[in-house]
Amino acid sequence: MEIDPFIFRLSIFILSIFVGYYVVWSVTPSLHTPLMSVTNAISSVIIVGAIIAGLSGDIKSIFDTSNIFGFLAIFLAAINIFGGFLVTQRMLQMYKKKKKNK
Amino acid sequence: MSANLLAIFYLISGGLFILALRGLSSPETSRRGNLFGILGMIIAITVTFLSIGNFSIGFIYVLIFLLVGGSIGAFIAYKIPMTAMPELVAGFHSLVGLAAVFVAVSAFLNPQVFNLGSPGDIKLSSLIEMSIGAAIGAITFSGSIIAFLKLRGIMSGSPITFIGQHYINLLLGLSIIVLIFYLSKTQSDNIFWGIIAISFLLGFLLIIPIGGADMPVVISMLNSYSGWAAAGIGFTLENTALIITGALVGSSGAILSYIMCQGMNRSFFSVILGGFGATDENSKKDKNRKPVKSGNAEDAAFLMKNASSVIIVPGYGMAVAQAQHAVKEMADNLKKNGVKVSYAVHPVAGRMPGHMNVLLAEANVPYDEVFEQENINNDFASTDVAFVIGANDVTNPIAKTDPQSPIYGMPILDVEKSKSVLFVKRSLSPGYAGIDNELFYRDNTLMLFADAKKMTEEIVKNLD
Repeated sequence: MEIDPFIFRLSIFILSIFVGYYVVWSVTPSLHTPLMSVTNAISSVIIVGAIIAGLSGDIKSIFDTSNIFGFLAIFLAAINIFGGFLVTQRMLQMYKKKKKNK
Repeated sequence: MSANLLAIFYLISGGLFILALRGLSSPETSRRGNLFGILGMIIAITVTFLSIGNFSIGFIYVLIFLLVGGSIGAFIAYKIPMTAMPELVAGFHSLVGLAAVFVAVSAFLNPQVFNLGSPGDIKLSSLIEMSIGAAIGAITFSGSIIAFLKLRGIMSGSPITFIGQHYINLLLGLSIIVLIFYLSKTQSDNIFWGIIAISFLLGFLLIIPIGGADMPVVISMLNSYSGWAAAGIGFTLENTALIITGALVGSSGAILSYIMCQGMNRSFFSVILGGFGATDENSKKDKNRKPVKSGNAEDAAFLMKNASSVIIVPGYGMAVAQAQHAVKEMADNLKKNGVKVSYAVHPVAGRMPGHMNVLLAEANVPYDEVFEQENINNDFASTDVAFVIGANDVTNPIAKTDPQSPIYGMPILDVEKSKSVLFVKRSLSPGYAGIDNELFYRDNTLMLFADAKKMTEEIVKNLD
């Protein structure tokens, strides 16, 4: 009897929820804002779907509706990826331990 | 590149995303965590390009959109002031939501590319997965837009309610489910568009009744939605990186919503149903019962200079007035005078989780001087001065004494136990919950009526 590949993906999904649950509880409350901005950035990995959609077809079909939606999704996800990671980095820089020079 | 190798690379980038979140358990490891996240993203994008291997004209367009979007994102990330972080995050959520909708639409129109069948004959499971992804994405998009407008102040932060609101939402939610069922039978384009349109409407209606101070819950909830939308698309595209990430982000947002609700002692449903703070009836009955003592910057400076310890309690008002730098200057000045200064942050202070911590970090306040509620609440009793700046409801002792009060049971900062309380506030108006703060009328409270930033700067002048 074969197992449907969907069940494997579902297993990964459920286990990742558990991982997420324990990892996020261990995040210190003072870093909750960077947590939100970084989760924002990583959820934009949805860009891989957009790239596949955008790159499909040959020269004649490059401006098919589905490609255009792919391009638009790439555009939106790219804003998020760059914006999300960079703003997180900018915030985390501020949490550097200050040298007490007084 | 073989499909198996590709899947392994996606798994690696999923693992790196887990490490990115794990890094946030302490400020020391957080920067390295963020780099793991960036690496995971680079791997995912690179292997996707390599797997397609189509470097023709389409590739150039993809790169253009990637770079233009990326530059805009980078520009925003460097320009945005820290006080605007809540609306930035809301705005970013809306983009994730819309991107999920677009990818789902693209997959629906051209399923061959993703090996999901052909138009009009899409695999049943894929069809359901992509419509769920699109629906949650659309709800995230329009909901986040409303949250953004409210946080930005373009739209009033007060709840918009009307009769039958929740029934309409329920009806819309049910109709999405019914339409997905019909879509799986008919594969009709129009039904697919219908699902997306109704979801946009539902996201809009879900957020309009929720008021400004409940925004920490709303932002966390939309964060969670954006994760579930990504996971839905991940199932459609059979992509492990996306499934792992979706699950991580979904549970992260859910936990944050839970923590925020705990901070307000309110159930998640009462927040979502909204309308809180719409009435201020109960605030009126207690008006003019007692005179308040008000003072000026000179009094405050004198009081704090002669104290041995001061706890600063920041709230949303500090963010609005952009007073964090002035506060830090004041704290430095006090420390020079030998006063011990620490900061107490309530979980729901501000408009998003961790909002106050970021602002204080921006002003160069060392993070080991900033304490969460449970770690500092016992210290108020042995503190000379509590300096409340821009916070209100989270200090109201009525939460412990009056079971009739809407905020009864909310964990508060025990500001009233300190020897004296300085309360920086524009006026005596009640806080967001629409109730009077009895702390204003206490004998050991001195009200400082002014803009938070101006008052703090005045105090600094008087400390010199």
